[in-house]
Amino acid sequence: MSSSAESAPRTDFQSLILTLQSYWASKGCVILQPYDMEVGAGTFHPATTLRSLGPDDIWKAAYVQPSRRPTDGRYGENPNRLQHYYQFQALIKPSPADSQELYLGSLKAIGLDPMKHDIRFVEDDWESPTLGAWGLGWEIWCDGMEISQYTYFQQVGGIDCDPVPLELTYGLERIATYIQGVDSIFELDWDGVPKEEGGKTYADIFQQAEREFSTWNFEIAGTDALFQHFKDAEAECERILSDERPLPLPAYDQCMKASHTFNLLDARGVISVTERQAYIGRVRALAKRCCERWVEAGKAESTEATNV
Amino acid sequence: MSELLVELFSEEIPARMQKKAADDLLSLLTQKLKKAGLEFSSATAHVTPRRLIAVIDGLPDKQPDTSEERRGPKADAPEKALAGFLGSVGLTLDQCEKRETPKGTFLYAVVETKGAETRAVLPGILAEAVKELAWPKSMRWGRHAFRWVRPMHGVLAVFGGETLDGAVDLGGGALTFTNQTRGHRFLAPDAITVSDFADYQAKLRAAFVIIDREERKRIIEEGAAALAKAENLTVKPDQGLLEEVCGLVEWPVPIMGRIDDAFMDVPAEALVTSMRSHQKYFSAEHADGTLASRFITVSNMAADPERDATIRAGNEKVLRARLSDAKFFWDQDRAVKLESRTGKLSDILFYQKLGTVADKAGRLEALAEWLAAYVPGADAGKAKRAATLCKADLVTEMVGEFPELQGIMGRYYALHDGEAPEVADAIADHYAPQGPNDRCPTAPESIAVALADKLDTLAGFFAIDEKPTGSKDPFALRRAALGVIRLIVENKLRLPLGDAFTKAAGLYPGLGAPDGLLDFFADRLKVHLREGGVRHDLVSAVFALGGEDDLVRLLARVTALQSVLSTDDGANLLAGVRRAGNIVRAEEKKDGATHDGATDEALLAQDEEKALSQALIVAEDGADKALAGEDFEAAMAALAGLRGPVDAFFDKVTVNVDDPAVRRNRLALLARVGSAAHRIADFSKIEA
Repeated sequence: MSSSAESAPRTDFQSLILTLQSYWASKGCVILQPYDMEVGAGTFHPATTLRSLGPDDIWKAAYVQPSRRPTDGRYGENPNRLQHYYQFQALIKPSPADSQELYLGSLKAIGLDPMKHDIRFVEDDWESPTLGAWGLGWEIWCDGMEISQYTYFQQVGGIDCDPVPLELTYGLERIATYIQGVDSIFELDWDGVPKEEGGKTYADIFQQAEREFSTWNFEIAGTDALFQHFKDAEAECERILSDERPLPLPAYDQCMKASHTFNLLDARGVISVTERQAYIGRVRALAKRCCERWVEAGKAESTEATNV
Repeated sequence: MSELLVELFSEEIPARMQKKAADDLLSLLTQKLKKAGLEFSSATAHVTPRRLIAVIDGLPDKQPDTSEERRGPKADAPEKALAGFLGSVGLTLDQCEKRETPKGTFLYAVVETKGAETRAVLPGILAEAVKELAWPKSMRWGRHAFRWVRPMHGVLAVFGGETLDGAVDLGGGALTFTNQTRGHRFLAPDAITVSDFADYQAKLRAAFVIIDREERKRIIEEGAAALAKAENLTVKPDQGLLEEVCGLVEWPVPIMGRIDDAFMDVPAEALVTSMRSHQKYFSAEHADGTLASRFITVSNMAADPERDATIRAGNEKVLRARLSDAKFFWDQDRAVKLESRTGKLSDILFYQKLGTVADKAGRLEALAEWLAAYVPGADAGKAKRAATLCKADLVTEMVGEFPELQGIMGRYYALHDGEAPEVADAIADHYAPQGPNDRCPTAPESIAVALADKLDTLAGFFAIDEKPTGSKDPFALRRAALGVIRLIVENKLRLPLGDAFTKAAGLYPGLGAPDGLLDFFADRLKVHLREGGVRHDLVSAVFALGGEDDLVRLLARVTALQSVLSTDDGANLLAGVRRAGNIVRAEEKKDGATHDGATDEALLAQDEEKALSQALIVAEDGADKALAGEDFEAAMAALAGLRGPVDAFFDKVTVNVDDPAVRRNRLALLARVGSAAHRIADFSKIEA
């Protein structure tokens, strides 16, 4: 590897995360840890979904989130597809006027100097049918490669976002293969430690998991139990929502659980095309109600606060 | 005379929306200028990914003064009414004129309005235009209520060298008009101050922004062509991609890269589609039209050897990942025979009330086999086989990823499985033609399957009464009907459409007849033929005969009719036939009886009526013989022979004579003229 630039950032995977964390911390973001549940994307983290809606007038957060997409598993054999991978996510509400410059600053921080590459903002409107959320923005290209998703949220849970948050999602593995100059995610240097000193690659850490989980996701997972899990999560979510005490956070946990269970069933191939839409609709209905409850709870709290 | 320069500066506008938005902005501005009495000599729109630009030149420095006369109340109207009028026009009673009118004496006032300074009017016009500009999708940002396609950051508004005084209200904050903009995002990000359009254009060019999208297209086209030529290649023309790519860059720099040889055995269509849809790359071809292992991307950074090398390497790396997917799909898909995929089609719904795609494929088998009998040279077995397989590629990985490759991949997989080439081609062709300009299949088996696919769709949706209405045609039934028409007409198929509809509808279990489908076809045929210069009233005149569902024969009839009607004989014959028809109809109404009985030779008195009777016998006989041989030109020629006798009859013979038997006989003679002509068309439907 060449090593000329005086302060070239470290390119190993864990340093990439650390650099993004300290960059966004320096821009006033709270740095959170991953949410401790299986989710399909960083957007599901309550710090994004719920905080996009309220009650804070200003909310800035950044975190790394392991994301599980069972259908994307390839038994660890495809160099570019995994059923478990990492997203780095920043959510900044309200979207700042210089948001593009802020984002480009983060690229520079991780070693993608826009003057040395061809960085482009290409139309890509984002929508999450399961979360009832959508926004307008771009996918960001670096030399033809999509490295981030850049979205001005307009609605979450069917509710208008006001003020409008900016969501930035970095595809960490893909960015890392680019800055490390390797063709396979599994070749990624994880820690920057030489191999002979026990340094680890992405394969060392995750290839076995990819093999095992692909097998389980596609072949083993018990579908009867999963169908039951889905029903249970849905029922529990509804039960929590109907309690007179506002408990949007535990309810939303159940919604996430239902969503991931649906993804597992989908990977097992036991949900037909028509049923698929119906399941997505059921999760969306839960997400919407959780969001509504969250907004109500936030309003109640702020009224209480002013009344004191 | 002064120039107005406007630039709306924003974050990156989706490529597909740019041109229309710039044109819309310009037309909003010019409409409002005209409404304000501000004429101009030229108006031009430009657009880049980050800016909408309008230049309007030759504007006056102030609005013209106007003078408007207004009538008020009567001179003797109550005080209150008079005061109200005077107040509204801002004049005193002395300044008004009292004018006598037939309705009394009225007050008249002339209201003179001084034209305002143009620079005072423009800010309002611009702010309104910005507010009214509609985007296909718009958004809010930050804390603003204002909506735009993406966040807007600046409004440059310069008139006659001076910055206009005004602002765009963002609903919480505002953007004050300035005379400043910025250059290329990375290469020249600093503020630039401009005085007029020439200055603006020149300074932006120096700041790596080419504002003229035609110029950007030219640079891309010529640059890409030069790169290709250096390697003895040509760029595969792709206007749609060019339009898109010129909206992704302010400073286009084409760069050529290599496609790894490992991918070159993947079908060219799949490679081209993958490169085009995901990466916006142009493809290159050898002289023989085969795909070259090169691609051309368009960078937005000024040429620089080191940077270009990075950009090229980066794009090649991305492409390797992309094409590994395509190659993976290609390899995976070929591991399973197309035939064995057909079962999975029962998981895909064709349409709620019309069953699954597997059901559709089943119907297509029977229909294509039946249709093959009407397609000269078609092998019914092969047509049926192609129908069995034609939808199977929908469940391949490749088509799942690139739906636009449906049919095309089916062909490759069929050939790989050892299917007959005719079968493979029919699979590839069966969606065609997809519009008036798409290639129309000509291979016999392809025609049969392509017809079957469309007839099945049409019969199904008509049977469940989901027909197109107005501008709504969610299932593209008009396109399907046009496809059927083109397949039949261009291949000169003698297909009885009515039977075909019955056959197609009968293959749906439990569905009724496709009511209204033939009428729908008549309409589509008129639209289609009108583009070829055929008169729609002639099509109606032939359709009105009823029972004609052979489009080739119908068209031959229409063509013969049109050619004869364009001659003097034909035009006069038409006039004669219509006159005869009008007389018969009028008398029938009077008599309350019909006059279509046989004529009695013995009652024919005058030479002209005898001659007409003879001429009718000749014309009827001649026309019948010609029609039996489907020689419509000859049939028309035979009828045209009636022109002289008909004219002579009208000149010399009186129909309404006292002798009722003679009168009835003459009316019957005229009725025969009509029925002779009716052998070709219903002449009453023809517009004179």
